[in-house]
Amino acid sequence: MAQKITIEPVTRVEGHGKVTIHLDDNHQVTESRLHIVEFRGFERFVCGRPFWEAPVLVQRLCGICPVSHHLAAAKAMDMLVGAGDGNGLTPVAEKMRRLMHYGQIFQSHVLHFFHLASPDLLFGMDADPERRNVIGVILEHPELAKQAVLMRKYGQEIIAATAGKKIHGTGAVPGGINKNLSLEDRDAFLNGINGNPDLSADKMIEWSEAALALLLDYHSSHTDFLDGFATFPSNHLSLVRPDGALDLYHGVIRAVDPEGKRIVNDVDSRDYLDVVEEEVRSWSYMKFPYIKELGPKEGWYRVGPLARLNVCDFIPSPKAQAAFEQFRAYTKGKPNHMSMHYHWARLIETLHAAEMMKELLLDPDLQGTDLVTKGERCGEGIGLLEAPRGTLFHHYRVNEQDLITMCNLIVSTTNNNEPMNRAVNAAAVAQMTGKAEITEPMMNAVEVAIRAYDPCLSCATHAMGQMPLEVTLYDAAGAVLDQQRKGM
Amino acid sequence: MSETIETSSETITLTIDGQEIQAKAGQTILQAAQKNGIYIPTLCALHASKENGLKSDIAPGTCRICTVRVNGRTMAACTTPVAQDYIVENDTEELNDLRKTIVELLFVEGNHFCPSCEKSGSCDLQALAYRYQMLSPRFHYAFSSREVNAESPKLLFDRNRCILCRRCVLAITTEDGKQLFGFTKRGDKSGIIMDEELVKNISEEQAQQAMHICPVGAIIRKEKGFDTPFGQRKYDHNPIGSETVCTTCNGEKS
Repeated sequence: MAQKITIEPVTRVEGHGKVTIHLDDNHQVTESRLHIVEFRGFERFVCGRPFWEAPVLVQRLCGICPVSHHLAAAKAMDMLVGAGDGNGLTPVAEKMRRLMHYGQIFQSHVLHFFHLASPDLLFGMDADPERRNVIGVILEHPELAKQAVLMRKYGQEIIAATAGKKIHGTGAVPGGINKNLSLEDRDAFLNGINGNPDLSADKMIEWSEAALALLLDYHSSHTDFLDGFATFPSNHLSLVRPDGALDLYHGVIRAVDPEGKRIVNDVDSRDYLDVVEEEVRSWSYMKFPYIKELGPKEGWYRVGPLARLNVCDFIPSPKAQAAFEQFRAYTKGKPNHMSMHYHWARLIETLHAAEMMKELLLDPDLQGTDLVTKGERCGEGIGLLEAPRGTLFHHYRVNEQDLITMCNLIVSTTNNNEPMNRAVNAAAVAQMTGKAEITEPMMNAVEVAIRAYDPCLSCATHAMGQMPLEVTLYDAAGAVLDQQRKGM
Repeated sequence: MSETIETSSETITLTIDGQEIQAKAGQTILQAAQKNGIYIPTLCALHASKENGLKSDIAPGTCRICTVRVNGRTMAACTTPVAQDYIVENDTEELNDLRKTIVELLFVEGNHFCPSCEKSGSCDLQALAYRYQMLSPRFHYAFSSREVNAESPKLLFDRNRCILCRRCVLAITTEDGKQLFGFTKRGDKSGIIMDEELVKNISEEQAQQAMHICPVGAIIRKEKGFDTPFGQRKYDHNPIGSETVCTTCNGEKS
């Protein structure tokens, strides 16, 4: 008898989603879908507002990575006010924004790895859910948990010092920034916030290296799982600096195919519409982007840490570069298609962010006073950057009265929509084929596949609250055969 | 309705909240209170200072947030002149609850989306909401349909946030006394309109003054926004009402 299994909502991701898995009469998985069931509508209600409000308004999409939206919108507004497209700001403005962004990348990656993903790795996917959570991590690995909390705090304090607040600040304004970094703040970040040496730049680098070593150690003892779980070939897309370096704040659009061949060759970010198109499907509020030239069937791609390390040529910070070389050597220079290696790539980026924060803090430009620049106004602004979860596109049009008339946002998780669906299917096939009974570990395996992408479903649909899990089993006629709930 | 009030040298004695104070004849209760360091909240009345560009106090009497009890009767402190032996009740539970109610009504009647407002942190209405601990709405939101007027090259007038205090009408004038803002219609259809031609030619200084005197974020300078970082906004460190006398003039008119 054909069945449909529903996991709703998916847990330990940001936002709400559900998974349906369709089984045929022989309990073979025939189709799996990740449904995004929220609708937020930021693209519409930002219309009619003055353009300088956009960087402050649209960051309400998210409480985890508001800085990404804040900066992407600010970059678009830079274009509007004639301050270039990522290269026209004063040194203090660009470096303050970069410091803000690295603080954001750092805290978000730490949040994901330690709070959301590590319970699966430390306790196993089939561990008791009562233990397999962040409280379990705190109870059984208190030192690790303390490091995670302090690392996240450090990133959040960097954001507060640059944006004004830890969440939803106002630091980036069209054409620049509204403050520089005080010497007092700089010294605190370098030597230890409130005199605590555990909250210093060097300690963040040290702990980032330790987190990476922890994952590599886990990899050596769980190689088959990490390499084989939800692995499938794909295209990869990200911004890179024009010289090919990893650059999370600004760059050109580059994409490679499963073999590593360039399929989008360093396109100016203002021409993103020449590169990317979006498809709408009836069963999800989240759109499906693809590389225009290849079409929706062949052109879907992954973004985020894994994609960035597959696309870039090198990382411009020494410790992260060494880790990157090890990462690339593992697949002999070819793109890495192993979904669970997102965690590996994410921790390399965490180390890179820690190194970059220290480098920026030592730069006297951050104490400069030339904060804003402006030039000839135009009516359209496009801002792209690499958010923690992947490439983020912000596009606005403005009328002569300075009011926004059009807004298009392609957020990181939207870019990963098709890959997440494929990861769900890969996990479902592996876990549920031929099984007559649906168990909690099976359901968690599906979630693990999604979680690797660190999706932010609230951003992607343009929610908050508890995310209990509901699993419903349907027969071919749509009747409920079984229903299980947890955390409700 | 009193808008500007002249004072004489005659001294009058009255009590506010049991404190005996001296005032000049012709002063309003609000002016006498401010001069004596007693806080009475206002949204429409504004004390003259170099900072706000006003040469004389304005007291439109539109918001009624300054309502006090004078010898047992409720009166607007900004429009009621002092008189000998007045007994004024100001900081009482009943009056503060009344003020909180007014603040709540202003919030539900307009569309005050504070998080994206340029004036957030420097907004008198928001600051009063904090002062009176407005936590959740007692009244239904009106979801009023309001237009944004962005025709002026220097000013944006966002009617969503306008509380019809009338400050802009009284304070923003041309050198020859023409008003740039005015009232239109009546009752729940009341609104502020701008003289399109005059506002088009508004100077940078006047634009800045207009934004400054607006107690909320209804009048905003265009193309600039969020210039003031957190920590430097008007009410970031000291809540509204913590300072009652103009520090630049010590209560005296400029």
